[in-house]
Amino acid sequence: MQDINDLLTNLENELKQAWYKRQLVNPLMIGIHTGGVWIAEEMRQRLKLTEPLGVLDISFYRDDFSEIGVHPDVKPSAIPNHIDGRDIILIDDVFYTGRTVRAALNEIFDYGRPKQILLGVLIERDGKQIPITPDCVGARIALNANQRIKLTGPTPLNIHTETTSTEASS
Amino acid sequence: MLACQTNKSKKVPLLRGKTIVNLFFENSTRTRTTFELAAKRLSADVLSMSIATSSTSKGESLLDTIRNLEAMYVDMFIVRHGISGAAHFIARHTAPHISVINAGDGQHAHPTQAMLDMFTIRQIKKDFAQLKVAIIGDILHSRVARSQIQALNTLGAAEIRVIAPKTLLPAHVETLGVTVSHSLDEGLQDIDVIMMLRLQKERMTSALLPSESEYFKCFGLTESKLKIAKPDAIVMHPGPINRGVEIESSVADGPQSVILRQVSNGIAVRMAILSMAMQPKAGHA
Repeated sequence: MQDINDLLTNLENELKQAWYKRQLVNPLMIGIHTGGVWIAEEMRQRLKLTEPLGVLDISFYRDDFSEIGVHPDVKPSAIPNHIDGRDIILIDDVFYTGRTVRAALNEIFDYGRPKQILLGVLIERDGKQIPITPDCVGARIALNANQRIKLTGPTPLNIHTETTSTEASS
Repeated sequence: MLACQTNKSKKVPLLRGKTIVNLFFENSTRTRTTFELAAKRLSADVLSMSIATSSTSKGESLLDTIRNLEAMYVDMFIVRHGISGAAHFIARHTAPHISVINAGDGQHAHPTQAMLDMFTIRQIKKDFAQLKVAIIGDILHSRVARSQIQALNTLGAAEIRVIAPKTLLPAHVETLGVTVSHSLDEGLQDIDVIMMLRLQKERMTSALLPSESEYFKCFGLTESKLKIAKPDAIVMHPGPINRGVEIESSVADGPQSVILRQVSNGIAVRMAILSMAMQPKAGHA
């Protein structure tokens, strides 16, 4: 696994380029609980955004409720009530199947109709199941199905891979 | 769930595609509407049946009504009934994949009310082990009081005091784990949480009280009586309130009243209960 600081710098640079290319205006940074919030806060500081971070807990929007039920520890989402016409940078730690981002997009659209959304992730790993792709990444890596990436934080932020007995689903 | 209420859309897709039937054999405003809103804010389809207008009044038996609704592929019944044990009876006779929630049965229990009360207390007072709680009024007819007492004992409240005239207390009430007082002046000393109950005139079959004004004089919560409790005591009431019977208007609307907060919390707590009841059960996943 690469050094976390290199990954963060890569993501920061890609976000800056995409910001320029997509001509974002006063973007709102939103992180997905839990790891995504840590990364988003780091990016918010690096990109010198003054507005407080938006936070999403996508538990109520997951597509696996009928299989696994509600998560016991749901945190409240905190998104400004007026996001109509806003530019949004959505951040998560690991992009895997794409289902978390699908849920996050649905939740965001329940708050309003943003002008555009940019998706940035620290790591994109293989295993995509739906047609969503991050715009900006810290790194792209290939892992076995029984391996998962674990982010610890918020200070210090750290990242490592774990091998699990069952296939990860997030 | 609480934060969902203040979002712009108020709604989450958790129970999309589920069908919930509100079966109310007894009148209710708050409980029925908050259950209905809770279900709708979880994106479930909800049908509120008021039994006075249904086939039960044409002679259909309770179980036939249930079987017919089952045949419409519903996922959950929320039951309010005047007879104790009604929700449990329905639960015993429905298919295992259908959840049944008790929204108040006779004088037995009103669990979701007690849960939202406990949630409200915890929001404000935090630690139950330090709390002295008074439940005041018509304990005899109150399913709310029975559920509150059970919940407070489960959460380890320091003291639960019931305050009522002897005629409105069940026999051997102290066996529920409460202390008993027959006067507000004595009973409200050192109290952190005051839980008022409605005088249930519709359930009173004999003359249990001389008059409403007499009751108000002895057991009505007025501003001066409220001063006997701790200065930061909170005042709760499950609704509907009878102003001037069990509580003075200025107390119900005063700064120590959390009555409307209970209503708002009721939606969030019921959303949580619906989602947890609806999640896959062990062995059925």
